[in-house]
Amino acid sequence: MPKTLEGIGCPFCGCSCDDVRVIVSDDEKKILEVENACAIGTEIFLQATNHERITKPRIRQPDGNVKEISYDEAADYVAKTIMNSKKPLMYGFGSTTCEAQRAAARLMELSGGILDNCASICHGPSLMAFFDNGHPTCTLGVVKNRADVILYWGANPVHAHPRHMARYSTYPFGFFKGNGFLERTVIVVDPRKTDTAGVADYHLQIKQGFDYELFNAFRMVMYGHEQDIPDMVADVPKQSILEVAKILKEAKFGVCFFGMGLTHTKGRNHNVDIAISLMRDLNAVSKWSIMAMRGHFNIAGPNKVWSWTYGFPFCVDLTRGDRAHMNPGETSTIDLAIRDEIDLFINIGTDAAANFPIDAVKHLKKHPWITIDPNLSMAADIADLHIPVGISGVEVSGIVYRMDNVPIQYRKVIDMPEGMLSDEELLDRISDRLEELIQEKVKAEKKKPELISSEPVLCTSHSAPPLNETG
Amino acid sequence: MVISMLPEKTLTMITQRSIEEGIALEKGKHTKEYFDACSVIEMNELDMLRLSIEENSPVKVKSECGEVIVKAIVGIQELPEGICHIRQGVWANQIVPCRTYSTGVPQYSGFPVTVTPAPGSIVRGARELLFESVRM
Repeated sequence: MPKTLEGIGCPFCGCSCDDVRVIVSDDEKKILEVENACAIGTEIFLQATNHERITKPRIRQPDGNVKEISYDEAADYVAKTIMNSKKPLMYGFGSTTCEAQRAAARLMELSGGILDNCASICHGPSLMAFFDNGHPTCTLGVVKNRADVILYWGANPVHAHPRHMARYSTYPFGFFKGNGFLERTVIVVDPRKTDTAGVADYHLQIKQGFDYELFNAFRMVMYGHEQDIPDMVADVPKQSILEVAKILKEAKFGVCFFGMGLTHTKGRNHNVDIAISLMRDLNAVSKWSIMAMRGHFNIAGPNKVWSWTYGFPFCVDLTRGDRAHMNPGETSTIDLAIRDEIDLFINIGTDAAANFPIDAVKHLKKHPWITIDPNLSMAADIADLHIPVGISGVEVSGIVYRMDNVPIQYRKVIDMPEGMLSDEELLDRISDRLEELIQEKVKAEKKKPELISSEPVLCTSHSAPPLNETG
Repeated sequence: MVISMLPEKTLTMITQRSIEEGIALEKGKHTKEYFDACSVIEMNELDMLRLSIEENSPVKVKSECGEVIVKAIVGIQELPEGICHIRQGVWANQIVPCRTYSTGVPQYSGFPVTVTPAPGSIVRGARELLFESVRM
């Protein structure tokens, strides 16, 4: 008899919905039905058992064909490739668990490489703005129970976070918002009339790339300079600015959700910076929070894990051996790729080949490319070695961080196909092999182990020295 | 000569997520669904008229760093004049400039492109585009 699993976490977007119901076959090998999830989340669960999976690592031969190898051989290949590289880069992690992100930190620390995650090409500028300006924020539960004004700026949750409005922001019946959307005002700022704008009370159709100017206009209102605002700012009439500013000021509890509309366009971190400043101004007269619409279900995870490990949420450069550092533009994946500073690329839990500008892919592909991914993605297609792993959130349990930085324990729904490893198990296996190779190298160079262990090390538990000092 | 006489106008490109793309990528990037979802440029109807672009016809989209052939459609989510949209993915990334302004984030949105009709051109698949780019 089919078995119903309640309270399952969805491995798609930053909403990290943990109320999904999944019905599995009586042998617990096939997912039959998915309830409560959005269309995209449903597809992830169904696709896990709907097609034949790749269950063994595949290495590319000199003739271009691929050959299946064992996990031990794959771990050995990765460890040896890392040994031979001067500056490896491991990038991705949006679709992995925090446990795997911790294991990746151990591996890259051993390797003396760079650790980067998908924030590098999405909400990295937001994190930079948080460094510069702080940010008043809250949990999504507070939004659901208290918020009466919702401001979506450069975000289109109907498409990118399909249950965000229904579960957290607009439609749910909250403790202090018993009438749901009837008690809330939704404002959307977007150059397109998106489907989110279509259901909003107010849509400010801003001129693309002029977000900073519009934020400035709102700040002028806050400081009492509305008479100096021109008739149109960023294609938005002054009258609309004043009308919306009044709503923002009179909110009992407002939340600004912002998306790629701020971080992918000109201004980047400065757009987020001024958004935070507007929130600070609004907090003098009202109560406002601001939150990034994180894209993957656990992309906040690596930011947290590496922040408590190294002090930096993304673009973590471990090449200096005894200290970590971060400098977007210098240690960020796209910039490293374009400058050809990387001689090994490890793609994990994302699809860099499809998501990066093609010029960056071309540069990265000049060197060995290893992909760790459950599915046959574009990054797996062009990889020199593709190592399939269990699907996090479906076949692998673990901690994930929701977009509001609330950790949630995800449970697995079904088991991985026999013989497969999770991201964490694989990364640990590679690290173990790499440690062996390092020890062999140390012995070969006739160095005393005591001298090695006395070298300064980073703050995590293991003490093997970095392989190189290229930083 | 014929090509130079075709109308050209600089539009502003944004490349972002759509739910069609999200569902298709979970089905697989080799599927027809992904091809159908991502190999299209959404445009304003007046821009299409001005540039003599017929709906569902192939167009060449050219940016400072590359070009790609995609199918033109009227924006499913309404676009203002001067703005066009290719859903994020392999086709969009053929033309996304790598400049990051020291933030790490490429210019995924808000870069100038020209869109010209490309009658008879074939919209190529994701794998084909990628393999050719990396010379596999």
